[in-house]
Order: sequence, then structure tokens, then C-alpha cells
Amino acid sequence: MVAVSVSQRIASDDQLARLLQIGIVLEEVVEARAHHHYQSLDAELDQEIEDLLADAAEESAEHRQRLESLIEGLGVDSVPFDEIESLVDARYGRTQPEDFDGVLYDQLCNEETAYKFYDDLIQAIEESDAEFSLDRTELLDELRAIREDEAEGVSEVTEVMERR
Amino acid sequence: MNTADQYLKTIYVVQKQEDGPASTGSIADSLGVSPASANEMIGKLEERGLAEHEKYKGVQLTDDGIVRARDALQTYCIIERFLANVLAVEEFRDEARELEAVIDDTVAERLDTIIDRQPECPDCFDPETDACACLEIATPVEPEQ
Repeated sequence: MVAVSVSQRIASDDQLARLLQIGIVLEEVVEARAHHHYQSLDAELDQEIEDLLADAAEESAEHRQRLESLIEGLGVDSVPFDEIESLVDARYGRTQPEDFDGVLYDQLCNEETAYKFYDDLIQAIEESDAEFSLDRTELLDELRAIREDEAEGVSEVTEVMERR
Repeated sequence: MNTADQYLKTIYVVQKQEDGPASTGSIADSLGVSPASANEMIGKLEERGLAEHEKYKGVQLTDDGIVRARDALQTYCIIERFLANVLAVEEFRDEARELEAVIDDTVAERLDTIIDRQPECPDCFDPETDACACLEIATPVEPEQ
């Protein structure tokens, strides 16, 4: 643990909105990767992995919408996400996972990264004394619920990996 | 990125700029903290074997410190590049400084998958402009007179 903090954690609506936008992009990455894994392994997919990827994509889409609602509540101009979607999609159109292990491992990284992101974000908000346009309790409840989903995702993928 | 990594990154950049040990004053100035705070953290970095401090000369990173500083600088470059090129943020330098404490390196690694970072990173970091020298920034078109 370090005693001094160099920068104030989150001081404004704009900073909070930017972090929520980063969350949206991370969710977009998860969705794109799951989608491309799903397509590229289509012929060989077994039902379990197929369901796992479909659930991951669906959950990410839902998280994105929840984050977008939070940004709307901050009254900050959002970024055109259709452009980001096509950018992220273009990157993953070229990637090919090597095998089932690769897909599962990648999925685990996705869930762990998302968990870490929300965990840091929640901590930063808790440590900040800034007033946001959003109700702090509702904001934290929403982010904690999303973090919980990611924690469940990590356990789910780990369980499948250990069993195989 | 935690506070220790922010210090390591700063010491690394200041050492390069000063072409020798980094003075506590320059480190404190770069981070916008008091010299007392800087001294406290430098002491902790010394205890962890990441830096060496010689009175009246300044701070130098150890080999382990350099490895961590370069990783931290790379994470910072990813955040800048992501803000500038993916989210089209004009004030990407200021925002990167504000956000670096909240963005972990594992998160930065994920963001890295959608930006085109150069293999020479982080040697491409230019302290003068506080940005990657290879970063192509879309400049707004001036309206015709």
C-alpha cells in the first residue's frame, strides 16, 4: 500500500463519464471477441462453449446499455459508439483463436479485466468526495451489480476450464 | 496505475531529460506534489530496491526500477493513444494524467488490442510534448476565411 496519492481520483462529471466510456469500449471488446470466436469455431463448437460465448456477448451488450444510461444521467456528450463498434469489430475480424483452450483463456482474461476495471472504478468513486450529477448511491449500486456479474463470469469460465 | 508506478515513470522520464540523476524538485514539479511527499515516496522506492537516492545528487532507478518504469510509461502511452485515437479526445494529455491512477495495466493491455502502438514504445515517448512521438493526432481543419 502507498500512503500518498498523486492525483485526485475522480473529480468531475466529465472524468466519470470518460471512465464509463472506457467501460463501454471494454464491453465492446468482449462482445466482439466472443462473436468472432463463436463464428470462427462454429463447426467445431460444442454446446457448452457456444452457450458461454452467447451469454458473454449478451451480458456485455446489457452492461453497455447500463453504462450508457449512466452517462446520459451525467448530461455529458457521448462518443459516437457506432464508430467505435466498427473499429473494434474490424480488429477482431482478423483474429483467429487457436483452439478451445485459447477461446476459454481469452474469455477468462475478458472477464477478469472487466472485473478489475469496475473494481478500480468503484474504489476511485468511493475515495472521491466530488459531487456528481448522478445519485452516488445509485451509481455505486449499478457499478457493483455489474462488477458482480463479472465476478460470476470469472467463476463460470474457471469452472469450465478446470473440468475440461 | 498505482502511485509508486507513477513515481517510477516520472523519475525515468526526468532522468532522461536531465541526462543523469533526477532531482527531487524536478520529480515533485512533474507530479505536482510537495517535495516532502516526493521524498517520502522516494524513500519507499529505495526500500523496495527500485531506486537509489544520493543526497545533493538526486535519484536514479535501479535495473528493477527501470523495468517497472518502462512498463508504467507503456501503460501511460496506451491511455494517451486510446484517448486520442479511439475516443478522439483533444485534451488527451491532461486526461491521461487524470485517468492514469484509475486505469490498471491489465485494463490498458485490453485497450492496447484496439490501438496501433509502435514496437519501439515506450522509447517513442517525448517528454517535451508529454506524448508519444509517433502519435498521429487528427488536427481539426481550419475553416476557410
